[in-house]
Amino acid sequence: MTDLPPEHSGIRYTEGELERGEEHADHTVQGDSSSHELPQFKVEGHAASVLDPNAKPILEVRDLRMYFPVKSSGLIRRTIGNVQAVDGISFQVPKGGSLGLVGESGCGKSTTGRMVTRLYEPTGGSINFDGTEIAKTSARRLKPLRREIQMIFQDPYTSLNPRHTVGTIVGTPLAIHNVVPKKQILPRVQELLEIVGLNPEHYNRYPHEFSGGQRQRIGIARALTLQPKLLVADEPVSALDVSIQAQVINLLQDLQKEFDISFLFVAHDLAVVRHFCPEVAVMYLGKIVEIADRETLYNRPNHPYTQALLSAVPDVKQAAIGGRRERIRLQGDVPSPINPPSGCRFRTRCPLAQEICARVEPPLLQVGKRHKVACHFAGELGNHPDRPVTASLLGVDDTGAPDAGASPAANLTNEPGFADTWFDLERKTMASA
Amino acid sequence: MIAYAIRRLLIGALLILALTFVTYVLFFAVPSDPAKQACGKNCNEEQIEQTRIALGYDQPWITQWTEFLKGIVQGRQYPADEELRANNPKLVTDCEAPCLGFSFVNQQTVNKILSGALPISASIAIVALVIWVTGGVLFGILAAMTKGSFLDRGLVGLTLIAYAFPSFFIGKFLITYVSIKWGLVDYPAYQTIADGGFFGWLSALFLPALTLALLYMAGYVRITRSYVLESLGEDYIRTAKSKGVTQRVLVSKHALRAALTPLVTLIGLDFATLLGGALITENVFAYNGLGVIALQAFAADDLPTMVGLVILVGTFVIVANIIVDILYAVIDPRVRLG
Amino acid sequence: MSNPLLSVVDLKVHFPTNDGIVKATDGLSYTLERGKTLGIVGESGSGKSVSSSAIMGLHRGTNAHVSGQILLDGVDLLQLSNEDMRKHRGKEVAMIFQDPLSAMHPYYTVGNQIGEAYRVHHDVSKKAARARTIEMLERVGIPQPDRRVDDYPHQFSGGMRQRAMIAMGLINNPALLIADEPTTALDVTVQAQILDLLQDLQRDFDAGIIIITHDLGVVAEMADDVLVMYAGRAVEYGTTKEILTHPEMPYTWGLISSIPDVAGDTSARLIPIPGNPPSLLQPPTGCAFHPRCTHRDKVPGNLCVTTLPELVPGQRSEGHLKRCHIPDPDAVYEREVLPEIAPDLVEER
Repeated sequence: MTDLPPEHSGIRYTEGELERGEEHADHTVQGDSSSHELPQFKVEGHAASVLDPNAKPILEVRDLRMYFPVKSSGLIRRTIGNVQAVDGISFQVPKGGSLGLVGESGCGKSTTGRMVTRLYEPTGGSINFDGTEIAKTSARRLKPLRREIQMIFQDPYTSLNPRHTVGTIVGTPLAIHNVVPKKQILPRVQELLEIVGLNPEHYNRYPHEFSGGQRQRIGIARALTLQPKLLVADEPVSALDVSIQAQVINLLQDLQKEFDISFLFVAHDLAVVRHFCPEVAVMYLGKIVEIADRETLYNRPNHPYTQALLSAVPDVKQAAIGGRRERIRLQGDVPSPINPPSGCRFRTRCPLAQEICARVEPPLLQVGKRHKVACHFAGELGNHPDRPVTASLLGVDDTGAPDAGASPAANLTNEPGFADTWFDLERKTMASA
Repeated sequence: MIAYAIRRLLIGALLILALTFVTYVLFFAVPSDPAKQACGKNCNEEQIEQTRIALGYDQPWITQWTEFLKGIVQGRQYPADEELRANNPKLVTDCEAPCLGFSFVNQQTVNKILSGALPISASIAIVALVIWVTGGVLFGILAAMTKGSFLDRGLVGLTLIAYAFPSFFIGKFLITYVSIKWGLVDYPAYQTIADGGFFGWLSALFLPALTLALLYMAGYVRITRSYVLESLGEDYIRTAKSKGVTQRVLVSKHALRAALTPLVTLIGLDFATLLGGALITENVFAYNGLGVIALQAFAADDLPTMVGLVILVGTFVIVANIIVDILYAVIDPRVRLG
Repeated sequence: MSNPLLSVVDLKVHFPTNDGIVKATDGLSYTLERGKTLGIVGESGSGKSVSSSAIMGLHRGTNAHVSGQILLDGVDLLQLSNEDMRKHRGKEVAMIFQDPLSAMHPYYTVGNQIGEAYRVHHDVSKKAARARTIEMLERVGIPQPDRRVDDYPHQFSGGMRQRAMIAMGLINNPALLIADEPTTALDVTVQAQILDLLQDLQRDFDAGIIIITHDLGVVAEMADDVLVMYAGRAVEYGTTKEILTHPEMPYTWGLISSIPDVAGDTSARLIPIPGNPPSLLQPPTGCAFHPRCTHRDKVPGNLCVTTLPELVPGQRSEGHLKRCHIPDPDAVYEREVLPEIAPDLVEER
């Protein structure tokens, strides 16, 4: 990482710079720090962020639920059911870290992001942001917190108002929250544009004058305006061309490092999430089925859904050296979240499913230092146990029927974060580091 | 589907109720004193008070409104004052349900006034509708299919001309040339189907309907053209084209069906408003339709007739809306099947 | 080899606009054998979709100027009358699209739309078309096809809609199937199902497939040959294995190195291609990729800016074509690019 060509050596290369190099020779952030309070950039590579296991959580979500009512089609519209978009998930985002939320459409990952930014009011559960409970807080009391949590949206074409100049779009949050005096809004906007790699002279242009990647940079600048502590990025690169995706991901990584921003990174692209997030949660039908540090989740996934998901991703770089992986084929489609399957929600498509899976919902069991999995037959690919590992903990027999003789374990709670002790799948006993 | 229709109807009924309330309140909140008008210029205070009692204007307006509603449902008798009716049976006028009020200016129930005019306005509206929808949609499709060609530009240019001429001019022109100078049709004078037969009725309506239709047609050519062009740009049109369907099927089956939804909305609302009378056209052709009635009621400050008209036209619009909503469900399976 | 199924020769698709001519496709040539798959890769605006629409004759009736030759089984599609081209569409060459929801008419049943494709080219009764439709739905793996045939598109899931589109495309047993980003709108597990299905059907129907995608991963799974497009031109063309293991054009390198990976080294950086895709109205002079190319220093003088490189055989084989001035691309790739993309993979090798 030391022998980088200069244009890759930090955030200062800009999109399109090569093309318009003649127009403005160099507009790097100069050292006149008197005019702004932002820290200066250090020249660093775009190395993937690493997990700091001791970082305090900035966001702690506990048993979060979001149900959308479903109305009947009869004469009188009664609520006949709920879309259980998110059903009891718990996780933490460490300060300055990033948690990835992955899953297929309809798994509840975007809904989760919207609850954390309080675009939705959760049906139940708690969201603790930096010591403050925000799940049920009123809009008025939420306003100061809105500065701290910002969102980056998927579609750079529709999320920017086409009738406003870039300067207005980026500067409006400053005016709303009275952060800086009016006179300083423009300099601050230009500074932000520069940070995200846009020409600061372009503040009076309109969104349609920019390309997709540049528009996403504008969206990022807007999110950065209020110096948030947490950014919820909802599919931030999936609408962009591949070559532009990497530019934006690198930008986000640099910003994270420079401003110590925490990320909740919501995406369907497993490779992008892997690249960005040291910790990743996999969701299926409103539940977290597996959550672990990156190395464990991608190299030794224990949930059959995670395994299938990973094997379904076509892999260019494997192909580039002539390798090819075997696919696990999942049958059918994701069931309706209005009436999800009993027990384990994945069982209808699961190659391992047995009787117990229909009867008892598997708990999200901690099976490693930073690894939790919700499966009765949790195990590495090709090494799944024949008998449910959870039976004795749940106090049921191997078919999921209540077992009078068994003593259920008391500590199967849906806590965010990780405990110091965990259940060792190999030895079937509790273990610790 | 049936539940959907019933729900729409119930909501429609509620809307009509609200409509009567709003019009009633608005009209009777105006500063002019209806009792004074009904009584005439030479009345003294005492006579005005008597008139007020006779017409029921002494009651609080909420009572008047509920009486009015009752009249719509059950019918009622005028004058409103019971004592007066009992003592002067000759003065009593029956107003059958749905009773829309009594016009003291015309000394007639509003129903009678409107029911004389409605068939004329409705006839003009129906014939005009047929002309403008067929013409507008056909030429609109034609323009869309030949987009950018001489034909397309010509059609769009013609719509501009049709827009530019006011309807009294077109009406006058048609009467003067088509009917009088060239003698192509009889001088238009309204006759019912019962009197003149279907063709008599139709020929009498042709010129006024054409006058109205030309204006609407101009709009519909443009709207149809743009809707068809829009749906021709949809992905599913590309799919149909890739299947190898002919241009004719592409337009008639795939593009037009999609353009139908917004067109149906427009047609429904335009037709409903037209049922309430076309003021200028009716005046030009001297047809005593609802438009003419409205003008007269306005000039004479005939509040009850105006209220009746507003409620009638409002009801047409609401009913048309319900029909459009139900048609939506018929056209679009996503509405029907959720 | 002498008679390929499809042979595209010097295809140009130009759109006149008020600001000048947009050369969306500018001199594209390739061939495809029966039963083989060609992947066309490129970013938005590279001309990959426009050139394939030209095969379907979808530019007819627009103001686009299409020239060159498109020989399908020896017949030049560009010379056909509009009516003859219509008869080819859906019968000899069929197409499936990116977003199956918007690609199907919302007001007609799935069965109606698939059956229509059959009835356009076969003089059969509605009943026979329906039977054939159900048979095709079953073949593409729709459960209970005799019931689902009467469903509307919105009642299908995304994956099932794409299956139905494939059934529609293959119902007339076409010689060539063009799939334009067929899995981009789908989830990964469903994408895997659809790719499997396409490969499986190709064996049965022996059709040639052109798969247009921005995703090299899809190409790696599906294609026998790859054509990489940039700014309306082919910049690299050869067998998939060859192109992915020994790419000789910096744009292809950029594509490979800018994608993150689900396996391998997590600390590896993403190396983006700097800049933005070029304007087709005023494409860069010389090599269209030169403003974004980080390997220009390997070419002597100002050649990249002044001269458009020819599409010529690369260093390794006659069949591997590339459009680049770099004299020793294979060595540069091995030395500079590969170690950055996948250091651990290099060690394995």
